Amino acid sequence: MSHQLNLTLKVWRQKNAGTPGKFVEYPAQNIPTDCSFLEMLDIVNESLVQQNIEPIAFDHDCREGICGMCSLVINGVAHGPERATTTCQLHMRHFKDGDTIYIEPWRVGAFPLIKDLIVDRNALERIQQAGGFISARAGGAPDANSVPIPKQNADAAMDAAACIGCGACAAACPNSSAMLFVAAKVSHLALLPQGQPERTRRALKMVKTMDSEGFGNCTNYYECEAVCPAEIKSSFISMLNREYVFAAARDSVSMI
Amino acid sequence: MATLDSKIPSGPLEKKWEKHKFDSKLVNPANRRKYTVIVVGSGLAGASAAASLGEMGYNVECFCYQDSPRRAHSIAAQGGINAAKNYPNDGDSVQRLFYDTIKGGDFRAREANVYRLAEVSNSIIDQCTAMGVPFAREYGGLLANRSFGGAQVSRTFYARGQTGQQLLLGAYSGLCNQIAAGTVKMHPRTEMLDLVVVDGHAKGIIVRDMVTGKIEAYAADTVLLATGGYGNVFYLSTNAKGCNVTATWRAHKKGAFFANPCYTQIHPTCIPVHGDFQSKLTLMSESLRNDGRVWVPKKKEDCGKPPGEIAEEDRDYYLERKYPSFGNLAPRDISSRAAKQVCDEGRGVGSTKLGVYLDFSAAIKRLGENVIRERYGNLFDMYHKITGEDAYKVPMRIFPAVHYTMGGLWVDYNLMSNLPGLHVLGEANFSDHGANRLGASALMQGLADGYFVMPYTIGNYLTTQTGKKVTTDHPEFAKALEEVKARTEQLLAIKGKRSVDSFHRELGLLLWEKCGMGRTEQSLKEALAKIPQIREEFWKNVNVLGESNDLNQSLEMAGRVADFLEFGELMCLDALERRESCGGHFREEYQFPDGEAKRDDENFAHVAAWEYVGDIAKSVRHIEPLNYENVHLAVRSYK
Repeated sequence: MSHQLNLTLKVWRQKNAGTPGKFVEYPAQNIPTDCSFLEMLDIVNESLVQQNIEPIAFDHDCREGICGMCSLVINGVAHGPERATTTCQLHMRHFKDGDTIYIEPWRVGAFPLIKDLIVDRNALERIQQAGGFISARAGGAPDANSVPIPKQNADAAMDAAACIGCGACAAACPNSSAMLFVAAKVSHLALLPQGQPERTRRALKMVKTMDSEGFGNCTNYYECEAVCPAEIKSSFISMLNREYVFAAARDSVSMI
Repeated sequence: MATLDSKIPSGPLEKKWEKHKFDSKLVNPANRRKYTVIVVGSGLAGASAAASLGEMGYNVECFCYQDSPRRAHSIAAQGGINAAKNYPNDGDSVQRLFYDTIKGGDFRAREANVYRLAEVSNSIIDQCTAMGVPFAREYGGLLANRSFGGAQVSRTFYARGQTGQQLLLGAYSGLCNQIAAGTVKMHPRTEMLDLVVVDGHAKGIIVRDMVTGKIEAYAADTVLLATGGYGNVFYLSTNAKGCNVTATWRAHKKGAFFANPCYTQIHPTCIPVHGDFQSKLTLMSESLRNDGRVWVPKKKEDCGKPPGEIAEEDRDYYLERKYPSFGNLAPRDISSRAAKQVCDEGRGVGSTKLGVYLDFSAAIKRLGENVIRERYGNLFDMYHKITGEDAYKVPMRIFPAVHYTMGGLWVDYNLMSNLPGLHVLGEANFSDHGANRLGASALMQGLADGYFVMPYTIGNYLTTQTGKKVTTDHPEFAKALEEVKARTEQLLAIKGKRSVDSFHRELGLLLWEKCGMGRTEQSLKEALAKIPQIREEFWKNVNVLGESNDLNQSLEMAGRVADFLEFGELMCLDALERRESCGGHFREEYQFPDGEAKRDDENFAHVAAWEYVGDIAKSVRHIEPLNYENVHLAVRSYK
């Protein structure tokens, strides 16, 4: 059954990227354990408004774990302590009365801070735009059953396609690497026959953009896999590496 | 009095769209780049329209309030997408999908639009597959189908429980391709706050950059709204927190008619409200009712007891009792209303007493826990995550929640509003679902509008606009810009005592009580008296902190809630005037003795399209009669 918690929050507050930020302490009182983490912040914000203190800014939207908008580092862990769980699906029953909770934004060089707990993840957009698609204009598609796809390939593509694009992988990585994100997209399309014509250029361009956006490289910490709310496996990073090597080789041959 | 010309083509139903495509005006490929198209919203309808029009060569400006177009709420759809492929060879056809959708909508949708939807449904599946959407497949490599509510055939395509996510990511990837190609300019974290009308035509929008707070104007040759539904007027719904009515409401105030705002869909199987601070509701797939039995205690005094301590003879399996032939699989509207009734009687369960049990113990006993885990494991996990309860051991608690809105801006067959130049797509328009939407048809409609309707019909408007380009230098833009700035400053200047959220909750609760699952003339009149009072207090006593030239989430919400406070009144007005029960609109005065909804085809087989005339209470109700030439109007019975 639900009961209530009294907590101490240490929340990162920062007016904008040009102003230094700091942790500010707020009490979070009478928090029902049935609340989600974001509903707990709603309650705190309601009390801040009553005190004429500007509410804490944080990203959120669907609040059912699928849109990928929410993005908090909770006690040092991206999306908090529960496995395979977004911040919006983390519930307060996983905390104890009297706990102190540190709440920070994603800290990744490629994600500039906008305000408080909100960061700019447009770098991920630019990686997608570099090649995360199959060029298929509406109107010209053949019958969907004209190309059979073995179930295990379709299932593996779906495993990769489940990425919600939240950026927790980069936030958790000591190198600020977005490899898991890029691997998910590249693998999803490389596993499908429809993705073959653009396979080489897709891998090359997405990796190149990932590098130019300032994300680090993967050195196998596996922190990304540990925090990923969509449970994207790190084996897709191995697949990305293979894709990239073969693509680079094909590309250099075609250059001759 | 304005007339509503639906522009439905003449000729037999199955030839209308083909004829219309041929009769439609084309824009020469070389001329397309001279036209600018604004697309507001980046869900299935917006993203597919923006990508398609960009690909065709139009100059597209696309706006969304999220930080990425990939996060639009289409992403949360679980179940699937319908198409008349007939891959399972079980008797499906375009005609059957058309009929099921018309009947599911309780005979309150346009025949020609619904037929077109069924007709293009197959192309959607082809298109999505070509773009890499990983639909579920059989071992032979062909696409898998499953059955869904309201149909006797298996026509639903799906990608695990994340069909909406995969379809949206497909449309989004096409959008990314066009952004990279330079045909689409994307404006994330940018919210539309007004529509600009020049000489009676929609020619631009006013937006606020949600990061810098800058309020800016954008001009175009035509404006497409694909901004979703208004379910959040109820505060608690299955919509994302940011979903709002502002874009369509602002367009309405500038002359676009709002059609059937009283049609809202209440989904029966959601996780119940747990307390006063709940921010949203989560849907659980309706398929659970295949194996779960719905019940509440017979006696009020038992409601506080753990369910296991309530003896079998003290349980009321009310759906099985009331609807012996359909039992726990009674349709959405009936199941929802029945749950509300038992809770109103004080027999609800859970801490808030707004919940009923969905009990799997009989099915687990009969089939074994493993079979249930196989069928519904992911749903049981989700339930556990949210409630902390193990539904293999204790019954789930469920309650109905607002899920989808069938009403929206009125559009003709070209998807153009009565306000020339304004096109409306997806859930934001009213066109295809009548009074009730069937499962797996929202995704179909969003993509149909964006991929396969808008690209054909946009030329009919654009070709009338040659030489009529306007820029943001036109005085109407300056005027609209000033109005939006003044309104923003006004919200910040009130400095009252109550938070934005508290007003939103108050409105939502009122509408849920008075204009929710059941409505009466009296309840609607009470709501109509109360809403203006809440609105008045809002504009005197809301406390919006922070600044206008900064990221300010309170300010964003304040603007949206201000619009909900106006829109809610129109919704109740529409519900009051529709003196019948149909689909998602249940007027308690109009029911058969057995509690079934009593439609009034003689007086209400029409679309009600409301015109804003400066005062919501005086809004003018226009009528578009619905002429059924191909289907026979029948009473829906589920006994």
